[in-house]
Amino acid sequence: MLVLNRSIGTQRLLLYGMLVALAGFYLLPIETGLMTSIKTNPLSTAPFLPPGPDGLTLDKWNTAFSQLSTGLINSIVLAVPATVFSALFGSMAAYGLTTLNWRGQLPILVLFIAGIFIPYQAVLIPLSKFWAVYVPLDELLAALWGLPLLEPYHGDLLALIISHVAYGIPITTLLFRTYYRNFSEEMIAAAQLDGATPARIYWRIMLPLSVPMFAVTLIYQFTQVWNDLLFALVVMGPSEGAPVTVPLSQLGASLSEIGFGVRMAGAFIAALPTIIVYIIFGEQFAKGVAT
Amino acid sequence: MIDKLTRFTKTITRRSKALFADGGTVQDGGDESALLPRPSGAFFGSLPFWLPPFLLMGFFVYGAIGWNFVISLTETSGFGAVDYSQLDGEQYTRALGDPTFIEATTNTFGLLVAFTTVCLGIGLLLAILMDRKLRFDNGFRTIYLLPMSLSFVVTAQFWLWMYNYNNGLINSITSTLGLGRYRWISDPELVLPAVVFALIWQFSGYAMVVYLAGLRAIPTDHYEAARTDGATTFGLYRRVIIPQLKGATISAAVVLMVFALKAFDFLYSLTGSYIPPEGSDILATMMVRQAFRLNNQAYAAAIGIMLFVLAIAVIAPYLTYQHKQGEL
Repeated sequence: MLVLNRSIGTQRLLLYGMLVALAGFYLLPIETGLMTSIKTNPLSTAPFLPPGPDGLTLDKWNTAFSQLSTGLINSIVLAVPATVFSALFGSMAAYGLTTLNWRGQLPILVLFIAGIFIPYQAVLIPLSKFWAVYVPLDELLAALWGLPLLEPYHGDLLALIISHVAYGIPITTLLFRTYYRNFSEEMIAAAQLDGATPARIYWRIMLPLSVPMFAVTLIYQFTQVWNDLLFALVVMGPSEGAPVTVPLSQLGASLSEIGFGVRMAGAFIAALPTIIVYIIFGEQFAKGVAT
Repeated sequence: MIDKLTRFTKTITRRSKALFADGGTVQDGGDESALLPRPSGAFFGSLPFWLPPFLLMGFFVYGAIGWNFVISLTETSGFGAVDYSQLDGEQYTRALGDPTFIEATTNTFGLLVAFTTVCLGIGLLLAILMDRKLRFDNGFRTIYLLPMSLSFVVTAQFWLWMYNYNNGLINSITSTLGLGRYRWISDPELVLPAVVFALIWQFSGYAMVVYLAGLRAIPTDHYEAARTDGATTFGLYRRVIIPQLKGATISAAVVLMVFALKAFDFLYSLTGSYIPPEGSDILATMMVRQAFRLNNQAYAAAIGIMLFVLAIAVIAPYLTYQHKQGEL
């Protein structure tokens, strides 16, 4: 919002120059990775330069894809329901604690919000014990695994989905709360005067009006769940049902330079869904993180 | 945005009034409590909405922390059932005498402080540059924020390649400048700064977004008043603008610290194992290693509790501050 009075020609040029240089800084590691992933020999040209005339290949992408494809499917099976349910729960909790005003809700709200900042290391051992010893879903739901498309490792995935929903609720609640606070009270009061129950107000007024905030929350939460490694390691480890981050962290673990082509390709394949979501919905993502 | 929303809600209010006006069908509004809900009525009416998420979240967050605390008082290794018969604080005294723990704590604080302050500095600078009615400002913001949308696992792969000894871009740059090559990841002296640099690359865009929102909330007449008083651009920022960004700084710092505590994923991915590169062990990686590789679960639980206390020490004042500002 600051417009300087002085002659702006050179200054503007300098400003744009700096911004472009900074954009280069943020893009360089990504661009270098992309170039390395499509070179026949990663060492043929400097890391950030495109491959030489005969050096272009998609072999690295094919190799990486075949190693990560199961993980990609698992990640989709994991991230979609986990995102939808934590957003829905967050919207419900925010409605019950913001729009519906009652005395004494502050301590409950503080417990919700503090949940955002909990270091997960403080819950990992109980979490792994709970799913491994007390509620082993793959055994409890054994009857289901005979059905088509279902495998025992989906029990682990379900455990991971429930965990992500639970740990996602604090942040989704906060996102919806900041949104619901700005709703006009008259509108709710008018609906109450008309005799609408809280449930009816939620379904008929709040949910339809929450669509923009659902977009923000779903996008934010989707990237969080998709990108997570820690919970996946603790709940299931490097098993068949593991989401893509687990095999990616092991990919080309031999640190040879040649292996880096596959590593970079793998990194892009695993990141592609979040990159696409980010580029299409960048506005919503920025709003999500700024809250 | 707010304007749009207000207009939107007004339309909806009209619509919803119409909706419920024909709807004596909804509830025949004769009951007094339906007109103005009494506090108790509002409480019971709100239960179905917040209680289920609260129970689910509370069980996994606070239930787990409580259980974790009890485990930290035992001697359990991780195999078999936990023996709860004898509870004491031995794991905590053990930590204080453990050089690995001391080193991990030092590294954790070093990482937290360096990462948070530099991120805030760069974020503020970027925000000031961006706050000038630019063309393409959305494009620039998209690029600066892009690394944040990536997984730690993904960015760790990129930076392993950047820091590669023989062929990495960083060493190409340093050797071209005549500074020589460095073992960024395998040198215990260099790895922590190298990791902090990569994390700053990933999250400084976040600080920029928070600051930019803060800058745009400052009324324009503050700028004008200062300029009429003859303030230079530098003086304007130092005396007028930056003091008003206190709230933005506090929120960004807290969130960045939380990100830094999650650096486990990044360090794990550098080696693909529970043992991070030597010299970069932080409490987050040490806890997971003790729990799931070395089978010292009671000890690991104690480290988890200490991380939790550390987080609370940051969060409690923050939430109190937010509450006083009416932001909660």
